[in-house]
Amino acid sequence: MGPASSAAAIERVFREEYGRLIATLVRRFGDIDIAEEAAAEALLVALEKWPESGVPPNPGGWLTTTAGNRAIDRLRREKVRDSKHQQAAEMYDDTPHESLGVFEDHPDDRLRLMFTCCHPALAPEARIALTLRLLGGLTVEEIAQAFLVPETTMAQRITRAKKKIAAARIPYRVPGADELPSRVATVLAVLFLVFNEGYLASGDGAPVRTDLTAEAIRLARILRGLLPSEPEVTGLLALLLLTESRREARVRGGELVRLDDQDRGGWDRALIGEGHALVRECLAINRPGRFQLLAAINAVHTDAPTAEATDWSQIAALYDQLVRLDPSPIVRLNRAVAIAELDGPEVALAQVDALGDALSSYHALHATRADLLRRLGRSAEARDAYDAALALCDNTAERAHLERRRGELVEPAGGPGDLT
Amino acid sequence: MTQYLLSVHGSDEDYAEIDPATMQEMFEAVEAFNTKVRDAGIWVFAGGLESATTATVVDGQGSAPVMTDGPYLETKEHIGGFWIIDVADLDAALDWAAQGSRACQGKVEVRPFQSEPEA
Repeated sequence: MGPASSAAAIERVFREEYGRLIATLVRRFGDIDIAEEAAAEALLVALEKWPESGVPPNPGGWLTTTAGNRAIDRLRREKVRDSKHQQAAEMYDDTPHESLGVFEDHPDDRLRLMFTCCHPALAPEARIALTLRLLGGLTVEEIAQAFLVPETTMAQRITRAKKKIAAARIPYRVPGADELPSRVATVLAVLFLVFNEGYLASGDGAPVRTDLTAEAIRLARILRGLLPSEPEVTGLLALLLLTESRREARVRGGELVRLDDQDRGGWDRALIGEGHALVRECLAINRPGRFQLLAAINAVHTDAPTAEATDWSQIAALYDQLVRLDPSPIVRLNRAVAIAELDGPEVALAQVDALGDALSSYHALHATRADLLRRLGRSAEARDAYDAALALCDNTAERAHLERRRGELVEPAGGPGDLT
Repeated sequence: MTQYLLSVHGSDEDYAEIDPATMQEMFEAVEAFNTKVRDAGIWVFAGGLESATTATVVDGQGSAPVMTDGPYLETKEHIGGFWIIDVADLDAALDWAAQGSRACQGKVEVRPFQSEPEA
């Protein structure tokens, strides 16, 4: 028995195949719980058999067939529940029944499951949890850790959402053309949130959770493969890749490095190349959306060999387009950062101050203010702004950056009573 | 097929504030919506309710029933009307609820009935 069939290796294969496996089982049996239980049983069989026989050539197919057979066995045993499940299967399964035991990959299965998990009738936090659990194959414990909630809370959240899907009959299908854009948007929002939680992790743990960023990229790639002509899907994938390309240079020695200070030689050129190609594809389709514009902004940044060479006027123009699409205060805050480079920190500061009420509890507002005030030589105000940002910031690397910047400011020569 | 309760909630004050012309417009829109629901073959039942102040709560668990004047929930807003429809899934129910909401000019709560016991 080689290392390829160790328990850890089998579990890795299982996780990689999990989304496909669950999606196929949900289509066949019309019930998420049955699908999950059957998948777990198939894992146990694999853990028992593969160390002897080796990993089969098509592990996904093997797992699907085994899980399908287990589910059928169970349904036969539990005759009482059978009619209910039969009914459920009839509701959901609109594809012809395939012969039992034969593995067929329906590429749409995972797409359908994504739309079920990200249904707008589910609470936003439940959408994220379900997507990571059912499509990403993360355990409840891992998801709970990622979102800093107790495992029991996360388990309840997932159970409640699954119960609603079953009881309220949330459909397992790709929405029709008229609904598709708005429904795709909810799926993209979930993947973006998963990525962001990985990219700027909260809590005392690692500042970057690569498991979450990698999972978001993997799911975005699958979505793009399934919906290649939706430019916002392409835009999101491009945005995630271009952001990911800077990961190594973005945190050094546990401290966040700002874009203009990053070692551009440490950026991942392959990811940048792939991201740029996707952005060009979006430009050719010419139906701009939020994620495409954010990707384009990142493309401009990753195009510049040095921070000084950045085409800030193009970035500001892209932000103008974005503000017209999404006039939220956060977008306007990010636009102000570009304005600081183009028109100077004083102009930008006025714009940031105008957002002060809307974003008073958002750490990035105070961090941006602090930086602009520092550049304007208004050290006392900058120090207060750094304090406000630190009080709200929950990422270890960003805190380290803000603390260093605050420490660089020269303390006043004496207190108010010390004027002699 | 699954049956869904589409319910509309509001307060007496909300209804009192509506001017007669708007009220008439709302009645007509709801009537047109009801016709559409019937024509689609998904109608189970629908109705508007009198003010919650006309409600009586009965507790028949003791030796003699106990009557209490007023609605069960001590909230400002109460159910004012509802539809029961029979459609394929939640997406269909949500689509009808959106149309009903527009017609009655209020938010609509969508809630599935428990599936019928096997025959």
